[in-house]
Amino acid sequence: MLKLNMRQMKVNQTGIISAVKANGELGRRIRDMGVVPGTEITIQGRAPLYDPVCLRIMGFTLTLRNNEANYIEVEVK
Amino acid sequence: MDETIALAGNPNSGKTTLFNELTGSRQHVGNYPGVTVEKKQGTYINNGYKLNIVDLPGTYSLTAYSLEEVVARDFLVNEKPEMVVNIVDASNLERNLYLTLQFMEIGIPVCIALNMMDVAETRGIEININKLSRLLGIPVVPTIARSGKGKKELMETVAKSIKNTNPAPLDISYGDDVDKALGEIEEKIKAKNFLTENYRARWTALKYLEKDEQILKLGQKTNPSLSKELEQIVQKVSDHLNETLDTYPEAMIADYRYGYIKSIIKQGVIRHNQDRNRLYTSDKIDKVVTNRFLGPIIMVMVLIGLYKFTFTYSEMPVGWFESFFGWLGEFAETHLAEGLLKSLIISGVIDGVGGVLGFVPLIMFMFFGISLLEDSGYLARVAYMLDRIFRFFGLHGSSVMAFIVSGGIAGGCAVPGVMATRTLKSPRERLATLLTVPFMSCAAKLPVFALLTAAFFAENEAMIMVIITLIAWLGALITAKVLRTTVIKGESTPFVMELPPYRLPTFKGLLIHTWERTWQYVKKAGTIILGISIILWAMMTFPNLPESKTKIFEQKRQTLLASAPASIANEVEAAGKDPKFSPGAMELKKQLSTIDSQEAEAALKNSIAGRFGMALEGITKLAGFDWRTNIALVGGFAAKEVVVSTLGTAYSLGEVDLEESGSLSQTLARAPGWNSLVAFSLIIFTIFYAPCFVAVVCIAREAGSWKWGAFSMAFNTALAFCLAVAVFQIGSFLGY
Repeated sequence: MLKLNMRQMKVNQTGIISAVKANGELGRRIRDMGVVPGTEITIQGRAPLYDPVCLRIMGFTLTLRNNEANYIEVEVK
Repeated sequence: MDETIALAGNPNSGKTTLFNELTGSRQHVGNYPGVTVEKKQGTYINNGYKLNIVDLPGTYSLTAYSLEEVVARDFLVNEKPEMVVNIVDASNLERNLYLTLQFMEIGIPVCIALNMMDVAETRGIEININKLSRLLGIPVVPTIARSGKGKKELMETVAKSIKNTNPAPLDISYGDDVDKALGEIEEKIKAKNFLTENYRARWTALKYLEKDEQILKLGQKTNPSLSKELEQIVQKVSDHLNETLDTYPEAMIADYRYGYIKSIIKQGVIRHNQDRNRLYTSDKIDKVVTNRFLGPIIMVMVLIGLYKFTFTYSEMPVGWFESFFGWLGEFAETHLAEGLLKSLIISGVIDGVGGVLGFVPLIMFMFFGISLLEDSGYLARVAYMLDRIFRFFGLHGSSVMAFIVSGGIAGGCAVPGVMATRTLKSPRERLATLLTVPFMSCAAKLPVFALLTAAFFAENEAMIMVIITLIAWLGALITAKVLRTTVIKGESTPFVMELPPYRLPTFKGLLIHTWERTWQYVKKAGTIILGISIILWAMMTFPNLPESKTKIFEQKRQTLLASAPASIANEVEAAGKDPKFSPGAMELKKQLSTIDSQEAEAALKNSIAGRFGMALEGITKLAGFDWRTNIALVGGFAAKEVVVSTLGTAYSLGEVDLEESGSLSQTLARAPGWNSLVAFSLIIFTIFYAPCFVAVVCIAREAGSWKWGAFSMAFNTALAFCLAVAVFQIGSFLGY
C-alpha cells in the first residue's frame, strides 16, 4: 500500500481515497460528488494541457483541477 | 388551492425531460424573487386530477454555497410543497441518493422517480426497487423520462402518498462525536423554539455543525446569544475532531451520509452484471474527442460550426425581419404627414422594434446550438479542455462559448453572447465573462472597421482585421483578469464538474428550451430597448433647427429651383417614384440633395447629441477625435453600425449605405484632422467602448442588477478612452 496525492497518479491507475484535506466550499463540493474516504477511483485521463484531471468514481466521470486534486490522498496498490 | 409538488434532482438526471413530459405546454418560466435563477412552473392534468409542479434547479447538494441550492432549499422550507419528487439517475444511484438523503433530513415527504432505467439496464445494473423503497422508507417508481414511460404510475403514487403518509424524517448517525454535539444543540434549540416555525430542530443543528452560512446568519439575527452558545458547541467538537482525527464536522457528516448510502446499497439493492468501471460507449467517444491532439482540433471545428450555424442560418429570417421593417418604414414614409410624429414613428418606434426583433432569430439559433451542445454533454468537455487557459484569466472553461458567439470569430453579436453566459454556473467567473464579451468584434462593429481600413489601411485590410480580432481577445482576457483581482475579487469557484455521458438530446426539449429563452428576451428586454431607442432618437433630433436656419436652407432650395430652366424644375418637382431624369434634371436633383445633407448636418450639430459631441471635443482631442466623430460614437450606442451612418450625416453626405461606404471613406481620407493614426485610435476606441444599449440591457438582466449595466458603460468607455489616448499620444510622439 502506497499513499499518493491524487495529482501524482498516472492515467489508468486505481486507488482508494484515504483522506480529503479540503474544507470550506471546495471541500464540500468534492465530498458532494462522492469523493469521500473509502471510495475507489481510477484516473481516466487528463485534459490536453494536463489539467484538469478526469477520474472514474462510483460509475460516473468527474473532473477536478490539479490544485483541487492536491487535497485528495489516495492509497494505491 | 391545488396541491404543489417540487421536482428536484441532480443535473443530467433527466429532470427537465421529465418536467416537459409531465407538463407539456402547460408551463411557464419566471425568476425566483430577487435572483437570476430560473423558476419553471407547470401543471399536470390527468383524469381531472390537477397538480402544480415546480421544477427546482438541478443540484448535487443543498449547501448555502450556490444560489441554485439556496433557492431550492428556501423553496422547500418556505413554500412547503406537499412532496418532493426526486429524480434519481438509476445508472448512478449512489451519488444521486446523496441529495435524496438531504431532502429527507429536512423532513419533507420524498418520492423517488428512479429514472434512466433503460441506461441502467444496458450497463448491467439491476436494482431491487422494492428493497430500496423499504430501506429508505419512501416510495420509489421506475421511469424512463425520454419516452414518458412510468410517468403515469409516478403521478398516481404521488397523489396517493400526498394523502396517506406523514413520513418520519430520516435521522441517521454521523459518528459518535458529531451525534453527541447534534443532540446537545437540538435540545437547546427545542427549549428556546429557535427557528422552529420553519426548520426542524435537528436540521438546524446539522446546519450549525456544517457551518452553513445562511442558517448561521439567520440564527445570529434571531437570537444572538443562543446562536453564540451553539457556535461554541460546534467549535468544541470541531477542535476535538481536528485533534483526534484530523477532520472537520462537515467532512464527517458527508462521510457518514455516503456511508449510510453504501450500507443500503450493500444490502442487495444493486446487482452489477458487468464491471462497473468498464469503458462505455461514452468513454470510447471521449478517448477521441478529448484526445490531446484530436480534441482541440475537433473542438475548434465544433465552435466554428456553432458560429456558422448561428450566424449563417439566421441570415434568412433576419433578412425577413429587416425587409418587413424596411417595408413598414416606407409605408409610414408615404402615408404619414411630414413632421415630428412621422420621424418618431419611423426612427424611434419602427427602427426600435425592428432593432429588438432583429436579434430574435440570432438568439433563437444561438440558444438552439448551445442547448444542443449542452444537452448532448459536449459543452462540459469544452470546459474541461479549455479550463487551464481561461482559469489563468479568472474565468471558466465554459466562458469560451460566450466569447465566440459575441464575435471571438469576427462577426458575432454580444446580445446572444451575453445570454450564452447562462451555461456558466460559477457566479464570479460568469460576471467577469459578462462584462468582457462586448469587446469582441461583433457584426455591427465590422462596417466601422471596414470604413476606416478602406480609408487608411487599404493595402493591409486582411492584416488589420486579424490584428483587431487579436486586440479584442487580449483586451477581454486581460480585463477579465484585472476585474477578477479588483471589482470581482474572490477565489475561483471550485471546478469539480461531472462529465455526463453523451446523450442524444430530445428535439422537444431543445425546442422548449430555445423558445422559452427567446420569448424571455422579447418580453423583458424588448420593452426597455424600445424605450431607450426612443430616447436616443430624441437626443439626435431635439432641439430642432431654429426656424431662421431652416428658412435659409429653404431659400437656397427655392433660389436653386428658380434659377434652373422651368422645364427641368418642373420635371424634378413632378417626379414620382423611380423617375427617369434628363441629364439637366439629374444635376439639379444632386444639388438639391446637397442642400438637404447640409441641413441634416446642421440639424445634427444642433441636437443634444451634437452639442454633447462638441462640448466633449476639448477632451476627445486627446485621442484625436473631433465633434463629428463624437456624435457618431454617441449614435453608436444605439447600435455600432450607426457610427458609419452618423459620420455620413456629420460630413454632409446624407444617407450612407453600410455596404457601400466608399464615398465616406474617400471623404475621410481627404478630410483635415484625419490620418491613419486617428483612424487606428478610433478603431481601438470602437473595440472597447460602451456596448450598444441592447447589450447593456441584457448585461443588467443577466447580472441581476442595473449596477452592472451602468458599470459596463462607464468602465468600458473609460478604458476605451485611455487606450485611444495612449495610442494617439504615443503615435503622435513617434511622429506617425
